[in-house]
Amino acid sequence: MDDLYRELILDHYQHPHHHGEIPDADISYEDSNPLCGDKIRIDIKLKNNIVEDVKFNGKGCAVSQASASMLMDELIGKSLDDIKKLDKQFILDMLGIPLGPTRIKCALLPLKVIKAGVYGIQTWPDEEDDA
Amino acid sequence: MSATNPIKTKGLNVAAIREDFPILQQTVNGKPLIYLDSAATTQKPEAVIQAMDEYYHKYNAIVHRGVYALAEEATARYEGARKKIQKFINAKSYREIVYTRNTTESINLVAYAWGRKNIHAGDEIVTTLLEHHSNIVPWQLLAKEKGAALKFIDVDENGLLRGEQIETLVTEKTKLVAATMASNVTGTLTPIKQIIERAHAVGAVCVVDAAQSVPHMPVDVQSLDADFLAFSGHKMLGPFVGILYGKRALLEAMDPFLGGGDMIREVFMDHSTWNELPWKFEAGTPAIMEGIAMSAAIDYLNALGMDHVRAHERDLAAYALDKMRDVEGVRIVGPLDADQRGGVIAFAVPEVHPHDVAQIFDREGICVRAGHHCAMPLHEHYGLAATTRASFYVYNAPEEIDKLVETLAKVRQIFRG
Ligand SMILES: Cc1ncc(COP(=O)(O)O)c(C=O)c1O
Repeated sequence: MDDLYRELILDHYQHPHHHGEIPDADISYEDSNPLCGDKIRIDIKLKNNIVEDVKFNGKGCAVSQASASMLMDELIGKSLDDIKKLDKQFILDMLGIPLGPTRIKCALLPLKVIKAGVYGIQTWPDEEDDA
Repeated sequence: MSATNPIKTKGLNVAAIREDFPILQQTVNGKPLIYLDSAATTQKPEAVIQAMDEYYHKYNAIVHRGVYALAEEATARYEGARKKIQKFINAKSYREIVYTRNTTESINLVAYAWGRKNIHAGDEIVTTLLEHHSNIVPWQLLAKEKGAALKFIDVDENGLLRGEQIETLVTEKTKLVAATMASNVTGTLTPIKQIIERAHAVGAVCVVDAAQSVPHMPVDVQSLDADFLAFSGHKMLGPFVGILYGKRALLEAMDPFLGGGDMIREVFMDHSTWNELPWKFEAGTPAIMEGIAMSAAIDYLNALGMDHVRAHERDLAAYALDKMRDVEGVRIVGPLDADQRGGVIAFAVPEVHPHDVAQIFDREGICVRAGHHCAMPLHEHYGLAATTRASFYVYNAPEEIDKLVETLAKVRQIFRG
């Protein structure tokens, strides 16, 4: 059918994994995409610097929500250093859908929020090269 | 578009009009282009494109300062276009027509050059919830700087301004009222004449945002008795240039906006004196080609007749409202009566983000806008972060609305999970 709105994306959008909040989170961060106002908040619970639990909250399009949902699955068990290494290509491979220049921001917002929360990195993952 | 049994609107011969717009002849993703984002910017007819082309090919030169033939021709056409704009909105004098970059700059000009001189601590500025950010943020900045208060006329359950608040919020304390004539989200037509009358009754001036009205219906600044009125050439078939209408006496009494070349009469080391209207407000080399090409845009609209343009868009809006209401779950924001609105329809599809709606529309070659359309307070009022917006103009046909509605059903289908 539609390559962008394939089953996997829609499934994560409609039934997101790790959706909600962690009241005693070690790291919480929220940011929005100035292009569309979409917001995502991510809570992380750590144990020995390893992600023990992670949850996200917010409203957004299918691409941003599916990206967040799939990213949450990936984060569990990773160290903060592992997270720092995640990049644009990682997200694109994870989603496996073609994305234009506007929609790529939707896909990258969750990773941007994580990196800002963990390391204070405010640049967009697709702009790190020219930052 | 199907040639069989075409649906007609009362106003215009759309098939003939479409021939004049080269951009509409193309396909997108293998489908005929359906452009439904004219509230953002309109397409340009061949005549306007040619006018721009001709300027660069034949008489590209500075205005106002050259004594050679090219510069004289550029100046004559640039000033000629100003007079055409003056007649189009029935201003008394060409001196009341100031070229700016866009509606936003026109409004900021008033906020800066009129507002800073006339708004004081404790004064009130009244605007409405229907406004584009360009008619909110300049007043917030001014109010903050001066210690004035900014108040909002609310919107009722039908998407109309609350008429009684025009009386209760605009009071002796009010020094300025800033209101749109037509919303770029709900399409709502406001009782602008009543608002202006009320402003004048309390001794306030009224700034009218006409970005969504001058392009779409007859507007007469004298019969409205508007003090200031702002609009954008690019939303009315023209290039990227803006217009500010201001009553002569008000403009005369104002200090300049930007300082520099062209806006002065004489410059001394310790002070300067100002050029005559309207050039007092036009510092630096202007967008000459854009100004000139406004002439062709206005000729085109005049040939169609603004009454016909309005009738056409009213009929398209009525047709679209009727069909869209049949699509299950779709929520239309704003009035459902086409007589109360312009050709702008913002809507929400339950459980589907407007970005996704717009993306699926794009696959069908349909250009719609997704987002808050620079009206966050209004979206907040409706409890929506964003909407999808379809907006119509002279080149849109009912068949395109059929396609819109078909695609809306497709959106529902893809997201039914
Ligand atoms: C009602 C309204 N006011 C103001 C504007 C701002 O126009 P511009 O971006 O040309 O300054 C727009 C369009 O974006 C509008 O629709």
